[in-house]
Amino acid sequence: MKIAVPIKFVPDLVEELAIDASGASLDTSWLRLIINEFDDHAVEQAILLKERSGGQATVMAVEAEGVDDFLFTAAAKGADQLIKLTGDSAGANNHALARVYAALLKELQPDLVLTGVQAHNDLDGSIGPLLAEYLGVPFVGYVAGINASGEKVIARKEYPGGLVAETEVKFPAVLGIQAAEQPPRYVAYSKIRQVMGTTKIEERPLPELDSSGGATVSRMYQPEAAEHAAMIEGGADEAADKIIGILKELGAL
Amino acid sequence: MEITLSPLSPSISKTFYSSLRELKDGERIRKCLQCGTCSGICPFGYYMKFPPGKIIGTLRAETFDLVMKADSVWMCVSCQACTEFCPTQIPITSVLMTRTKEELLLAGNVPAELQTALRNTQQYGNPLGESPRKRADWAAGIQPEVKILGKTRQPVDVLWFVGDYASYHPRMIPATKALARILNALGINFGILGPDENSDGDSQRLAGERGLFEMMAQKNGQAFKKFKFNEIITTDPHAFNALKNEYPALGISYPVRHYTQFLAERLEQIRPMLKNEVAAKIAYHDPCYLGRANGVYDEPRTLLTSIPGIELVEMAHQRTNSLCCGGGGGGMWLDGFQWEKAHVRLSDWRVKEAVASGADILTVACPYEPPRFEDSVKTLQPASALKVREIAELLAESMGV
Repeated sequence: MKIAVPIKFVPDLVEELAIDASGASLDTSWLRLIINEFDDHAVEQAILLKERSGGQATVMAVEAEGVDDFLFTAAAKGADQLIKLTGDSAGANNHALARVYAALLKELQPDLVLTGVQAHNDLDGSIGPLLAEYLGVPFVGYVAGINASGEKVIARKEYPGGLVAETEVKFPAVLGIQAAEQPPRYVAYSKIRQVMGTTKIEERPLPELDSSGGATVSRMYQPEAAEHAAMIEGGADEAADKIIGILKELGAL
Repeated sequence: MEITLSPLSPSISKTFYSSLRELKDGERIRKCLQCGTCSGICPFGYYMKFPPGKIIGTLRAETFDLVMKADSVWMCVSCQACTEFCPTQIPITSVLMTRTKEELLLAGNVPAELQTALRNTQQYGNPLGESPRKRADWAAGIQPEVKILGKTRQPVDVLWFVGDYASYHPRMIPATKALARILNALGINFGILGPDENSDGDSQRLAGERGLFEMMAQKNGQAFKKFKFNEIITTDPHAFNALKNEYPALGISYPVRHYTQFLAERLEQIRPMLKNEVAAKIAYHDPCYLGRANGVYDEPRTLLTSIPGIELVEMAHQRTNSLCCGGGGGGMWLDGFQWEKAHVRLSDWRVKEAVASGADILTVACPYEPPRFEDSVKTLQPASALKVREIAELLAESMGV
């Protein structure tokens, strides 16, 4: 089974985020980047599948500070192939990333693509469904467990209310990972250093980025504290009447 | 949750045993008498499935794979009590316990809590997961200003290696500031690395992450090279231990002392400045890495007894048999794990001893201790009146700075 894991790095919340001069995007001068936690789980799930059912795991990333360390760590966990897309990706939204990854995946022809189901900076939709659309394959999201057998997998998909569905998915497919079956394993730093000496990261140049289809951000701002809270007094009936009155006033009823 | 272990080599016992004997004084392990002193004096020995002496037993019986599959070595807090009292002087902590943790970590048998601290160290240069840019924020407001060497670029006499918890932990910051004010009052020409400082890495090393320790040491070594200074002082006994005993083997060698040694040397200058009385019975807790590991027992006591009004009392465990606070060897990041196993905290035992000694104040000299002992004070009813203070805090109070 060939598994591909496209990952992305996202702003690290250890630093305070600042809005840049345009007022519509993050100030990147002090921005730290970190692996999208859900993508970290996707890598773990890919390694688990490989350990259980055999096969090959490829992890791919767009060039950014810290990406090399992450790729080498993935190799130390058991990933077979590391691909880094080099070049300037500033301003690339998920639509652009999905197009870029789709082109690479069409070349690699994996059976399964695992990627984090969301990220905290998914402003224009998540990569998973976009990838599936560009590849013309099915997408199942919120997957927290995969059983592989032969030409298909059974994906455990989480629903609200504690419901779980077991979905049969034929290859090839994209799965949006909510959580791996175990937390991302720890790799001793000496192992990572060893891998740095023996494993190569394949570099490919980033093609031209096409961000079309994504939402345009008109304004980005910190939550603004407003001062409007009215406590509604009275018993249930009285309070209900007052609430109805307020909703009518606001034009909601 | 099933922990996936890398497959164990069948000859793990033999390979591991011979690797130990290659370490400094590691040959002594063959002289083990199986007397049980180490397991008996180990603060968690009664709980471990494989206390130190028993691990040596498994090596001889070639059943070390049993130790690899168990997780009891994570109860070890690297307090060196075993090392101190072994009759054949086997350096058990460094030769056996640390190496055992290294093997378990390589195989993937490491508690999740500890993983977070190790990942944070790799990512941010400190186990707390705080932004490296904010490492010197504690110094805001100190006058004269604390020199951050990367900015001032002037030579100084003393490089003060502040350390992780002294830089970031909210309970420690008042003590760190107190020490800064003391150094200023003494007219010491000192500077700190600030954002150029990384974790000393010693507790991570003792928790089995040799590679991570070396990476931190390399980064600190590079930072030291950039600046001119005559000596290093540390807030933290763990940093003191690393810089004195471990960094030289990596080619990083500077004269280094713990701040209590540095201040004790200046006692004649300090004594007339101690104008406020601190009327209290105080018990001094010997930190493992200042006391047992490095033999520094007297200087902290000398400093304390020079403060007017102080009556020094000793606890039942003191000096060489001081009771560990439980923070070393990864213990600082294994509280949940150890609590779930043993339902007792080492810091609780020590606080109870402090109360039994009649002390009003439990004095400490290691940044792990104030938060640990204060947590115990908060949870143990009989200890609710006990105060916990760093030596620097008491000195500053008496000096009125």
